[in-house]
Amino acid sequence: MAERKIRVLIAKPGLDGHDRGAKVVARALRDAGMEVIYTGLRQTPEMIAEAALQEDVDAVGLSILSGAHMALVPRVMELLRANGQDHVCVFVGGIIPDTDVPALLAHGVKAVYGPGTSTEKIVEDIRHYVLGQMIPQG
Amino acid sequence: MKLAEQVIAGDRLALARMLSLVENDTPQGRSELDELFPHTGRAHLVGITGAPGTGKSSLVNQLAYAFRHPIDGSSPLRVAVIAVDPSSPFSGGALLGDRVRMRDLVGDPGVFIRSMASRGALGGLARNTAAVAQVFDAAGFEIILIETVGAGQGEVDIARLAHTTIVVEAPGLGDDIQAIKAGILEIADILVINKADRPGVEQTERALRAMLELAKPERIVMHHGRLAVLSYQEEENEAARVWKPFIMKTIALRGEGVQELAQAVREHGEHLRRNGEWQRRELERLDAELQGLVQAELVARWRERVPEETYQSILQQVIKRTISPYQAVVKLLEK
Repeated sequence: MAERKIRVLIAKPGLDGHDRGAKVVARALRDAGMEVIYTGLRQTPEMIAEAALQEDVDAVGLSILSGAHMALVPRVMELLRANGQDHVCVFVGGIIPDTDVPALLAHGVKAVYGPGTSTEKIVEDIRHYVLGQMIPQG
Repeated sequence: MKLAEQVIAGDRLALARMLSLVENDTPQGRSELDELFPHTGRAHLVGITGAPGTGKSSLVNQLAYAFRHPIDGSSPLRVAVIAVDPSSPFSGGALLGDRVRMRDLVGDPGVFIRSMASRGALGGLARNTAAVAQVFDAAGFEIILIETVGAGQGEVDIARLAHTTIVVEAPGLGDDIQAIKAGILEIADILVINKADRPGVEQTERALRAMLELAKPERIVMHHGRLAVLSYQEEENEAARVWKPFIMKTIALRGEGVQELAQAVREHGEHLRRNGEWQRRELERLDAELQGLVQAELVARWRERVPEETYQSILQQVIKRTISPYQAVVKLLEK
């Protein structure tokens, strides 16, 4: 009977080709027992929102090293809301200047992870946020 | 409005939620599925299986695209994709990466892709893949492409679920002895050699062709419960009924041979419908599904009746070799 797994979409929006970080995080979440949908490089916000909808994920992790986060992240948030997925927790990782973090959080991002963040911390946060507002089933 | 009604009305968010409820086998999922079931039975379920790295995901991507953009002027079909990847036996987690190769389908409202983790099931599918397919069926998807876990030789569950099974091979994966072993090649309605621009394609084709010729499914049939060799006249009638699996070559990355493959899938569907084979497969599938559900329910009820301590004490007797496992079963079922 009911087996509820945390489902997370890991996506790389925009044009940078550095997916090592995204893969490390995806692997860590898998090892923590989560089901990770990995979508690969160069995703548009539209592609990410569509995948998040079809896969009914609990969380979305965006990995951005291109500097375009202030353009890409708000657009993803907007599309998730437009699709009725307000409950999805969004996390951002990559190279994000400290000065941009408050603006991203104001857009509804749950957390921003820079270089050196431990994967344990990310796993713990996702569990905390997702289990905190998971839609109960059945 | 109930979730099931929203699904039938075409609400994609409701469909996504419904798929989760069914995948997780929740009580709500079961009752919603009760509502949906009368609307099922129309979709053509197509299985795509084969060893890891043969290009199943790329082929599914192109095949879905071909059904969406038919070149013969027929109307595009709505396509659902169920992509199954393995769960880790250690953490229970999974990395579902099939979408990486399905980018050509983005933004098309006639396509819905759902990744599923196998969650410990061993037959190449997840336990609830059939139920997930039923949801897509009720939601009006006409073609449901089901991509299995990268399969070896024994993961043949897909043949019981799908109307049409495509087995994908690639050059250089094995010799002609691999090709005549039992298992995955036997379940193919259509054999695809993908990556047909790679060296070794002739040898692979030769080995598979030899395997198909050895099989000759139209000569020996079950007749009144025993094997019988057909006479020529009977053979002709029989030949019209029996689908002879054949080999097709594709290069999925360039889309070569894929329209032809889509056409072959449609023809196989028509063949099954024409010969009553569609209903027969439907019957077998629902029969197997029902038996499975009855077994699971009986076990669940039995576990409710027998206290855990009783079970453990009998298990201990087996461990100490005072009773055999068969004697233990008798004792446990007496409870």
